[in-house]
Amino acid sequence: MTLALESVSRAFGGVRAVDDASFKVEAGEVHGLIGPNGAGKTTLLNLISGLLEPTGGAISLDGRRIDRLPPHRIAALGIARTYQNIRLFCALSAADNVMVGQHLRRKAPFWQALLMLPSSRRERQRARAASEAVLQRVGMSERAQSQAWMLSYGEQRRVEIARALAAEPKLLLLDEPTAGMNPPEAAAVARLVRDVAREGRAVLLIEHNVRLVMELCDRVTVLNFGKVIARGTPAEIARDPAVVTAYLGEGA
Amino acid sequence: MDLFYAYEALIAFVGINGLLALSIYATLCCGQLSLANAGFMAVGAYTGALITLHAPHVPFALVLLASVAAPAVLAVPLGLPVLRLRGVFLAIATVGFGEVVRLAFVNWDFTNGALGLVAIPQRTHLWTIFLALAVVLFVLGRLQGSRAGFALAAIREDETAARTMGIDANSYKLAMLVAGAAIAGLAGALEAHFTFIVSPSGYGFSRVVDMLVQAVVGGVAVFFGPAIGAAFLTLLPEILREVGARLGLSPGPFRLFLDGVVLLAVILYLPNGLASLPQHLRRRRAA
Repeated sequence: MTLALESVSRAFGGVRAVDDASFKVEAGEVHGLIGPNGAGKTTLLNLISGLLEPTGGAISLDGRRIDRLPPHRIAALGIARTYQNIRLFCALSAADNVMVGQHLRRKAPFWQALLMLPSSRRERQRARAASEAVLQRVGMSERAQSQAWMLSYGEQRRVEIARALAAEPKLLLLDEPTAGMNPPEAAAVARLVRDVAREGRAVLLIEHNVRLVMELCDRVTVLNFGKVIARGTPAEIARDPAVVTAYLGEGA
Repeated sequence: MDLFYAYEALIAFVGINGLLALSIYATLCCGQLSLANAGFMAVGAYTGALITLHAPHVPFALVLLASVAAPAVLAVPLGLPVLRLRGVFLAIATVGFGEVVRLAFVNWDFTNGALGLVAIPQRTHLWTIFLALAVVLFVLGRLQGSRAGFALAAIREDETAARTMGIDANSYKLAMLVAGAAIAGLAGALEAHFTFIVSPSGYGFSRVVDMLVQAVVGGVAVFFGPAIGAAFLTLLPEILREVGARLGLSPGPFRLFLDGVVLLAVILYLPNGLASLPQHLRRRRAA
């Protein structure tokens, strides 16, 4: 799996939120996307997942252009995501949120459920079992039956990750997955992300916790004012003068 | 048995209104407030009545099938543009559609304009109505826990998140608009062959408001809620009439007022409708 962005731009009126950005994400890597507030990181994720169309450039998955496809088609090609401002299905339980995540894995058409065929019942049981396994993975089995709105912030983030993982994506997009979490919770998410990458999935991660980025990411892309200002391993990024200037200002 | 015949029409309307409330639920369950159903109902009723009047030998089952199919087909070209609208804008556009349908029948000489079609043979029996209601309830019930059922709930809760989970929201929304149109058309045809007449005035805005109020009072969190709401609000005025008659009051003008009071009370104290009452009471007893 390779996600390739080539000279991707997105303008909102005169504002170039993403400006000529190019980078690649490969299978099995944790790719960090960092930059100051307003650098265009979330816009970039919205472009990849199809919620926005680029105004220039090309996004392709394994050589296939995806930047004009609707979001559900992009998801079907193996891209799942979470949101910076958590978007769970509030009235549904944690377990049912994850059941929705299996939409692309479940194949039995509705007429089979209508006719109460054993195949549809078996499929539902399989989906239930898979949901439980994913919730266990993020440490949320005990609260599986709680409605999403009743969960704490950190729990909601974990359920949202579980929902994305339930789709068994090739590429997982995480938008600040540890925001609002305490250090042990954040460390657990970091371990989970590592695990996911070890399964051969790619992870593209927006994260503000610098230490976490340094420990977790194989490669990092730095955005500032929509432009890619640096690319490389975490160690290279930390030494890069452009990055230091972007974060700390001139003369730092 | 005498009691049964005395109230036959009332029982029939419990079923017909139940179907209509469920037709609104079809779109409401995926978060779309579509108010085109009085129009779809009219299309179903006129289709059925015209076939029965002009080709009396066509079996009633086929008449009903046509009454289901006609509004369902019509829902597709309506849905493609209007389902892009959200919330109140969708409601307004679909109310507009309903009025267009009503005015079309008012001005169409072939269907006797505002007078409508009369002397339609009675072909609907109580069992036909309740068989239809049972079938619709069964289909909606089978959605629970199915892949499609989860997709609809996801679209209702957060359409954007649903799309990025691979759910083709536009197709699901269109499918449910078509399903709601089909149910409304069925109810329209059943009513036409029960009351002997169809006329445009029966399918105005107030009709779709009745459907919506019944669905909400019954509760749209579960699939059978709308049918409960329809039964409750259909029976309530009759019960009150009996009570009123004994007390020497005439409740006529109070009917709508009472509907409003019931709706307010339910929204304030039972946001998930009458269907959630047992659950609500259990929780209160536990607390």
